[in-house]
Amino acid sequence: MRHAGSWVRLALLIAFVVVFLIPIYVLLVTSFKPLTEADPSQAWNLPGTWTFEAWGVAWEKLAPGLWNSVLLAVPGSILSCAFGSMNGYVLSKWRFPGADVLFTLFLFGMFIPYQGVMIPLVQLLVGLNELTGLQGFFYGGIPGLVLAHVVYGIPICTLIFRNYYVTIPDELIEASRVDGAGMLRAYWSVVLPVSGPAIAVVIIWQFTSLWNDFLFAVFLTGPTSWPTTVMLNNIAGAQATPYSQQMAAAILASIPTMLIYVLLGRFFMRGLMAGALKG
Amino acid sequence: MRRVRAWLPGLLLVTPSIVAIGVFVYGLLGWNFQLAMTDKHDEVSEGSFVGLRNFIDIWDQARWHLSVNHAIVFTVVFVAGALVLGWFLAFLMEKGIWGEGTFRAIYLFPMAVSFVATGIVWRWLMNSGMDERAVGLNRLFDAIGLPQWEWFRNQEWGMAAMALPAVWQMSGYVMALFLAGFRGVPEELREAARVDGATEWGVYRHVVLPLLRPVTLSALIILGHISLKVFDLIVAVSGKQIVTDVPAVFMWVAVFDSHDPAKGATIASYIVLSVAVFVIPYLIWSVRKERRS
Repeated sequence: MRHAGSWVRLALLIAFVVVFLIPIYVLLVTSFKPLTEADPSQAWNLPGTWTFEAWGVAWEKLAPGLWNSVLLAVPGSILSCAFGSMNGYVLSKWRFPGADVLFTLFLFGMFIPYQGVMIPLVQLLVGLNELTGLQGFFYGGIPGLVLAHVVYGIPICTLIFRNYYVTIPDELIEASRVDGAGMLRAYWSVVLPVSGPAIAVVIIWQFTSLWNDFLFAVFLTGPTSWPTTVMLNNIAGAQATPYSQQMAAAILASIPTMLIYVLLGRFFMRGLMAGALKG
Repeated sequence: MRRVRAWLPGLLLVTPSIVAIGVFVYGLLGWNFQLAMTDKHDEVSEGSFVGLRNFIDIWDQARWHLSVNHAIVFTVVFVAGALVLGWFLAFLMEKGIWGEGTFRAIYLFPMAVSFVATGIVWRWLMNSGMDERAVGLNRLFDAIGLPQWEWFRNQEWGMAAMALPAVWQMSGYVMALFLAGFRGVPEELREAARVDGATEWGVYRHVVLPLLRPVTLSALIILGHISLKVFDLIVAVSGKQIVTDVPAVFMWVAVFDSHDPAKGATIASYIVLSVAVFVIPYLIWSVRKERRS
């Protein structure tokens, strides 16, 4: 009986795998089709002739966006990591009066719908452009987008680091204090060397959300600084773009985050869990 | 004085973040609410204070009603769908099964993809063309004898179809949450209930299910707040069409097409409020719970 039950469960799980993979089949199969096989009657067929034609065109159209996304996501996730680590360290090991209230106020920043700050944020960044005389730097440029992501990433990054540092025994910090080390010294010599896993989680989490973000990008960037998601949406939104190119572009846009997921899935998972189990 | 010296360096180190959160989260939220209470209905005018008039007037607009209704249908289908599917997948796996790691990886990978990329595939899958013009699911359904649908172009239930890609993307996450929840139930508790003569279903109903409540709550909060601000997915699947309008898309149109900052800010305020009413109590509750333990 128990044996039969586990076969039923296995069969159901496999059935769901098939359903989950349907979009992937569509993406791959369609992207390799030549235009001559674009007829609806062949929608679900494997390509008669496999071709990289659509991939070439999609790459050409998407490449500037991919590069912008690299310029956005790499510095963005490193900066987020630095802020998150320092905050998490203080909020777990060097607590000051009101630290709990502050942490709760930070956490709310994780849940606000960013629509609620978007219009003033645009005005603020436009103002910064005028103030500094740097046209297209804050508003309409990658630096402004990095700034926004780093600031709004502070809550989640602080949370992940704080929850990780809580598990470091206080005695280790105490011991280094007895040896005369101050706060920064203890951070540098005791905490940072064991931060590896939390750093990996935060970098992966932030990289993925920066890479996949559309909302901030669409409000804050212009044609020269559009990241992948905006370009992808423009490519796919144009009526003239054949399905094969749309699908190839969608795959190209997803490769970096998929690679991270495949190679570092374990850390990816932990980041997801941190997002869920607040406090 | 010594105590102040003990915590002051820490405070200084987080000061940049406090300032940043203060300005960018709370300051800009306040600015947005303030803007929503003015009559700045174009880019150039100064805008004077009008109180809550924009918040009331927007209910006179048919499009606002439509977008709110759409958001409700989407939220109900998406949250219920992802919760039930995620729970069911975890339930199938909780006792351990051959190939569990592979199953988990496959159910979870849509999380790594952007809503924009997801939207592109699902727009193809949910294409409303029928019969000889059918691609996507309609062609597949036609071939195996199932009815064909208008999907997201249906006036009444289009948003239920729109929730399908979101369920596809997020149910793996819910599965992971529930799986962690299931695994957190001590085996001794189940064993004790079995010794007391409970059936497997009884053990599940009276021992496991109550212990899954916190996980269910977390999942609800996360899915709910994703749902109420949904934007990328809608834009990628259908653009700015009225038939799939939601508040976040309406706001985008108000800002970029109607050039009406006060209206955009009003819609944004409503989105924030709809999330805040359940997230704030939840945050206070979970911080208190952590302090007690």
